[in-house]
Amino acid sequence: MELSYYPGCTLKTKARNFEDSAIAFMTALGINLKEITRWNCCGAVYSLADDDLIHQLAPVRDLIRVKEQGQDKVVALCSLCFNTLKRANLLMRNDAEKRKTLNSFMDDEIDYNGEVEVVHLLEVLRDDIGWKTISDRLKVPLKHLKLAPYYGCTLLRPQEVAIDQVERPTILHQLLQALGAELIDFPFATKCCSSFQAVGNREVALESAWNILSSAVSWQAEALVVSCPLCDFNLAGKQEEIKQKYREFKGIPTLYFTQLLALALGLDRKVCHFELNYQDPQPLLESKGLL
Amino acid sequence: MERRIGVYICHCGLNIAGTVNVAEVARYAGTLDSVVISRDYGYLCSDIGQGLIKKDIKELGLNRVVVAACSPRMHELTFRNACQDAGLNPYLYEHANIREQCSWPHTDRELATNKAKALTHAAVRRVYYHEPLEVKEAPVNPNVLVVGGGIAGIQAALDIANGEHKVYLVEREPSIGGHMIQLDRTFPTLDCSECILTPKMTEVRQHPFINLLAYSEVEAVSGFVGDFKVKVRKKARFVDENKCTGCGVCEQKCPWKTDSEFEAGLAKRKAIYIPFPQAVPNVATIDKKLCVYFKTGKCRACEKFCDAGAVDFSQVDQIIEVEVGSIIIATGYDIFDPRLMPQYGYGRYDNILTGLEFERMTSAGGPTGGRVLLKSGKEPESVAIVHCVGSRDKNYHEYCSRVCCMYGLKYAHLLRELTKAEVYEMYIDMRSFGEGYEEFYERISKEGVNFIRGKVAEIAADPVDGKLIVSCADTVIGKALRVSVDMVILCPALKARSDTEQVAKTFTINRRADGFFLERHVKLDPVATPTDGIFIAGCCEGPKDIPDTVAQASAAAAKVLSLISKGRITLESAIATVDETRCLGCGRCEETCNFHAPKVVAKNGVMVSEINETLCKGCGACAVVCPSGAMSIRHFTRQQVTSMVEALTEA
Repeated sequence: MELSYYPGCTLKTKARNFEDSAIAFMTALGINLKEITRWNCCGAVYSLADDDLIHQLAPVRDLIRVKEQGQDKVVALCSLCFNTLKRANLLMRNDAEKRKTLNSFMDDEIDYNGEVEVVHLLEVLRDDIGWKTISDRLKVPLKHLKLAPYYGCTLLRPQEVAIDQVERPTILHQLLQALGAELIDFPFATKCCSSFQAVGNREVALESAWNILSSAVSWQAEALVVSCPLCDFNLAGKQEEIKQKYREFKGIPTLYFTQLLALALGLDRKVCHFELNYQDPQPLLESKGLL
Repeated sequence: MERRIGVYICHCGLNIAGTVNVAEVARYAGTLDSVVISRDYGYLCSDIGQGLIKKDIKELGLNRVVVAACSPRMHELTFRNACQDAGLNPYLYEHANIREQCSWPHTDRELATNKAKALTHAAVRRVYYHEPLEVKEAPVNPNVLVVGGGIAGIQAALDIANGEHKVYLVEREPSIGGHMIQLDRTFPTLDCSECILTPKMTEVRQHPFINLLAYSEVEAVSGFVGDFKVKVRKKARFVDENKCTGCGVCEQKCPWKTDSEFEAGLAKRKAIYIPFPQAVPNVATIDKKLCVYFKTGKCRACEKFCDAGAVDFSQVDQIIEVEVGSIIIATGYDIFDPRLMPQYGYGRYDNILTGLEFERMTSAGGPTGGRVLLKSGKEPESVAIVHCVGSRDKNYHEYCSRVCCMYGLKYAHLLRELTKAEVYEMYIDMRSFGEGYEEFYERISKEGVNFIRGKVAEIAADPVDGKLIVSCADTVIGKALRVSVDMVILCPALKARSDTEQVAKTFTINRRADGFFLERHVKLDPVATPTDGIFIAGCCEGPKDIPDTVAQASAAAAKVLSLISKGRITLESAIATVDETRCLGCGRCEETCNFHAPKVVAKNGVMVSEINETLCKGCGACAVVCPSGAMSIRHFTRQQVTSMVEALTEA
């Protein structure tokens, strides 16, 4: 089986650990993630401006690539890419006027009417593969590993793109349970990581990340599980600064859910690129006998 | 007979005359066939205006009248009565609406004037074919059914019974009292809810004109205003109400426990139980689902220890049929389940209570003896009160639940009085509209309570120190806050009962979009329903506080008493009539009618439809489906309607 796949910029640079582990375990499950050709940046963030047309060009062009290549579905890994693509897609489906303007502006492209379906890899795992298939294939159950699922915002908000219940999602919970991990159901699983505030509002970003991380620690989590490189940057990439600001904070590693899947399916640890994680999870995994 | 029609065009001040050239409409009407006199006048609904019409009827021998004015809903009856005063049958009158349907929606004077002419023309053509109709009356049964034994039902039942009319008060639960008996103190006076309600409950029990059917439910209602037939299911208590003395020994001996509904789950009750000490009737009830005897056939401890011999496991449900002339529905409300807002953590973390749970906690007779306690048994040092949980929220209920601001303030006061806790009142807007409410707000705001204006986003728990972290916007200082507290009290929305749809069907009444029962007119007829003889009171009509509930219950009682006092009802004259020579007896009318008015019967060996004139509302549905044209509606005959259409198409 083959699925059309949109990687996005970060997965090709800082988040290779996310992409490589995903491709590896999907291959192991018999699904080939086929990267669409000639893709461009998704636009990074969905515009909230009323005059948002120019911001739609990037994601719509990506969706046109998918349609051009004869596919009706595209999988995203990065939560932000997923959010931006899916919202642009809904706009093309539902807003006839903007659709017309955008199609005529891109006169070198084929017309696009929202035909493609945008899904997140977690949805593929839940809806197409199923938790049972995954747990049946476990080679290394993640026993005794206390993991806190962290969703962030863009998998769930706004409601029309949510992959699960907005206020109380369980999809990552279910995946971690299927992998045999010990689930830490902490309250800030859907709290915003502060997103791009990291660029211009350092204090807010640090405080927000600290709130999330310290809550996870107090609920006895040993690692946080993420699905977005920006969340990972804010929560893991900034931990040295957080430690300086909040002296009592000792740090906690983060892992992409794809790395855990690759690990649990017994794949070569090289595909996980743990060396790219901001906070090295290997001592933890070794201490649990998982490496 | 010669038609002599009088036409009157109303200015309604500038409401009509501002847009319509009324003099021109009157001049035009004067040129129409059979019109004897045509006038325009400032306010026809005034005594002088009506006098003008009456005088013309007498002096000019008018036998048909048309008034072109406001909506017939406003003044059709006024002018019908004026005609009757002058000796004309009221059905020889026709009303044209040139205000709501002409002058108000239009701005172009010429076009509006033309439309007013056309509407008046249509009315003149129709009135030509009007026939005098007989006004019939039927008697009203003075007995009354009140459904629901909360404060609304109790008040309505007492008001009517004090007028010495028989009331059947039906209550679904084992005792009357409703939500109010669960409350601790009532805002803004802080008087004890039980203390003011129990005398009324006792009065109900002792009242010679009230027949209390507790632990009973209405199953079916048939008939119409003045003559309803009601089937009530009296559920088996498995305890003889006449023998039980309410001593409570059975409760002590019963070994089986479940959460007490009365204590909002903060305490347990037994399988045989009296819901609370002041219950009316003060008799025990066996919870069949919980009782082990009904599961295994063993135990019967309650029976062994009952000195009165009241326990009776062989009891079965009884169906009681009662006949009443009017019905008051006072079925109350449900409380929004805060679990539907998982971001607030109710049911997931300790020490998050609903308002009702907190009421039981502060109640002197409650499970903690009136002490505010955390799960750990300690008193809280800080408490957040979260307003608008599921109210004023497009995801759940858009409306305001009206009571939460005030009871939220009451909680703040009680917490300051009973504990040393720091109190945070987290509200969207403070709504203190009732008598003494604003003063109460003023008073509490001086009691050292922290008011934070902003909706709470989420409530998280810290497993280390057991604190609850409330995230909230403070829109006054423009900042997001995180407040760490020991206890959170949620103020959940009051919502329509979960079985409102079923109840609406049973009584043939309607619901609003928000789920509550629909009143006949939101401002001018708030306790009547579109079904004659059925009234609504209390929170089944929408969230309200105790004073408003009591006022509404008394209003419903007054409506019922005026029906009883008159003793007869006027039946609609403009109703269906069957031309038996054309009727095929097919029964389509019977299938279509919502009011069960037509019935196919055998007459002289032929099946024909017959109309029950007391049931028919004159809606016309039967006339539309009748394949042979046998069915018609008086006052809306084919000739009358097509003549109007012709007049309008000519224009």
